[in-house]
Amino acid sequence: MTMAQEVRASDEKKLRKREWSNFLTGILFLLPSLLLFGVFLFYPMVRTVYLSLFLTSSQGVPIVFVGWDNFFALFQSTSFQLSAKATALFVLYTVPASVLLATALAVLANQKLKGIGLFRTMFSATMGMSVAASSVIWMFLFNPSIGLFNRILAALNIPGIQWLLDPQYALLSVSIATIWMNTGFAFLILLGGLQNIDSSLYESAKIAGVSDACQLRKITLPMLSPTLFFVTTVTLINAFQTFGQIDLLTKGGPMESTNVIVYSIYKDAFINYNVGSASAQAVLLFAAVLIVTVIQFKIGERKVHYQ
Amino acid sequence: MSTGKRILLYITLTVSGLVMVFPILYAFLISFMQGGELLQGSFWPESFSLVNYAAAFERVPLLMYLWNSLLVSVLIMAGQLILCSLAAFAFVFIEFRGREWIFYLFISTMMIPWEATMVPNFQTVQSLGWLNSYAGLSIPFFAMAFGTFLLRQQFKTIPKELYEASQIAGISKLRFFTGVVLPVAKTTMTTLAIYSFLTAWNMYLWPLLVTNNEANRTVQIGLKQMQTQEIASDWGVVMAGVMIVILPTLILLFAGQKRLQEGLTQGALK
Repeated sequence: MTMAQEVRASDEKKLRKREWSNFLTGILFLLPSLLLFGVFLFYPMVRTVYLSLFLTSSQGVPIVFVGWDNFFALFQSTSFQLSAKATALFVLYTVPASVLLATALAVLANQKLKGIGLFRTMFSATMGMSVAASSVIWMFLFNPSIGLFNRILAALNIPGIQWLLDPQYALLSVSIATIWMNTGFAFLILLGGLQNIDSSLYESAKIAGVSDACQLRKITLPMLSPTLFFVTTVTLINAFQTFGQIDLLTKGGPMESTNVIVYSIYKDAFINYNVGSASAQAVLLFAAVLIVTVIQFKIGERKVHYQ
Repeated sequence: MSTGKRILLYITLTVSGLVMVFPILYAFLISFMQGGELLQGSFWPESFSLVNYAAAFERVPLLMYLWNSLLVSVLIMAGQLILCSLAAFAFVFIEFRGREWIFYLFISTMMIPWEATMVPNFQTVQSLGWLNSYAGLSIPFFAMAFGTFLLRQQFKTIPKELYEASQIAGISKLRFFTGVVLPVAKTTMTTLAIYSFLTAWNMYLWPLLVTNNEANRTVQIGLKQMQTQEIASDWGVVMAGVMIVILPTLILLFAGQKRLQEGLTQGALK
């Protein structure tokens, strides 16, 4: 071996050693997260898919492999059809309304005015509210005899409504409460998005004599689109994951009209002890969220204006 | 802006602000009312006595629940800060083969709805003997992709040359991490801490699943317990409970609102 070769070999060895040590430390820094993701996210996801293909004992132990039978049974059960319908309607009722309301509030609060901080605080307040606390408050507002809504109706001489007990109104009532709960978070993010818009754009528009409405349409909304896109995705996924307000306000009733997917999974797994069916529903929930995410990404890539 | 427009704006802001906070404000007022006042439909309590608050602490072991919630939230907050900052450090400063692959693995965790995994998770926690324990309530939530990305964004602003120089000077990676990176990222860490605490304090489904005795129950489940026990009779007491539960998070939100808004927007969009 020549001198040069020897040097190169030892250099290579050193490099290898450094690469190896980098790999080890890198993994070491990531290990705690990887371990927990593995145990509490990836493993249970795989396990859920596995369980969805089995008939299970009441303890959730798989007994007989049944292939897609759990899924076929779901598609044929009226209960699941109702749950799917409730989930879809819930998404439809809450997502557009939450995003619209939060956007309106954010545009409103994005003014340079004295005391604007107070209004921003008011608009974002629901972000600090837990789903349990909010639900208890709304339960009172919906109370048929002493709640606010029926009092207003009574004052207008309109007969009261059984907000949470009437299958016609229950899902709508829960949705109204949910829209309120969603607003704080969506508002806060959208306000951040608005404040990130380059103010010189507005100054030029002002000089050019562009009207306020036109500024909103031509500058604010296009520049806000990445944030709007993010908020919509998050709200949509949250809607699919709704549980607390259902558990506290309606327990999935009346007549399963508010039995959204996560509540249905919870009931099947922890009350009816039908883990196989619950897992099949969980797989469908996963698929729905995945599809939504992918579609939103595809649309987002094309339509959303990024700076 | 013309005066007329300004007045109109203030009116709109006030009206929408009042509508938004009305449920909270109303609950606050109810928390001072007795049964009779509620039946009459009054909006203002006759007196601001703390009877209902005292009753709330008596009817359910609220103090214990508050303590449990505090402990679990602090544990989750600390766990997330440590794990996220460690992971973010590796993603920014330590180059090694396969890092990109692991990064995509982190991204993919955001596509799995946590609720879809709750059945096996419950079984895991049960078999670990973690039901009704602080470990079972907190450890499953320590790893968080969003927090990791948020901190990664912040760590990226630290010049790479600084890291390389420290490596040549023979300073260990851990020293560089604790001595340079963490102090620089203090603001973002605080943002993440506020966000973690808020989310942990408000958690509902998981505590409902893994606790069934009073010793480990969190305050959110305590609310459910109050609501189902006293529903018809004592709304004043229930609302007092609600006020006690939301006070810590509302204070935290108002104190950290600006920071939270900046941090979340940053984490969301980059």
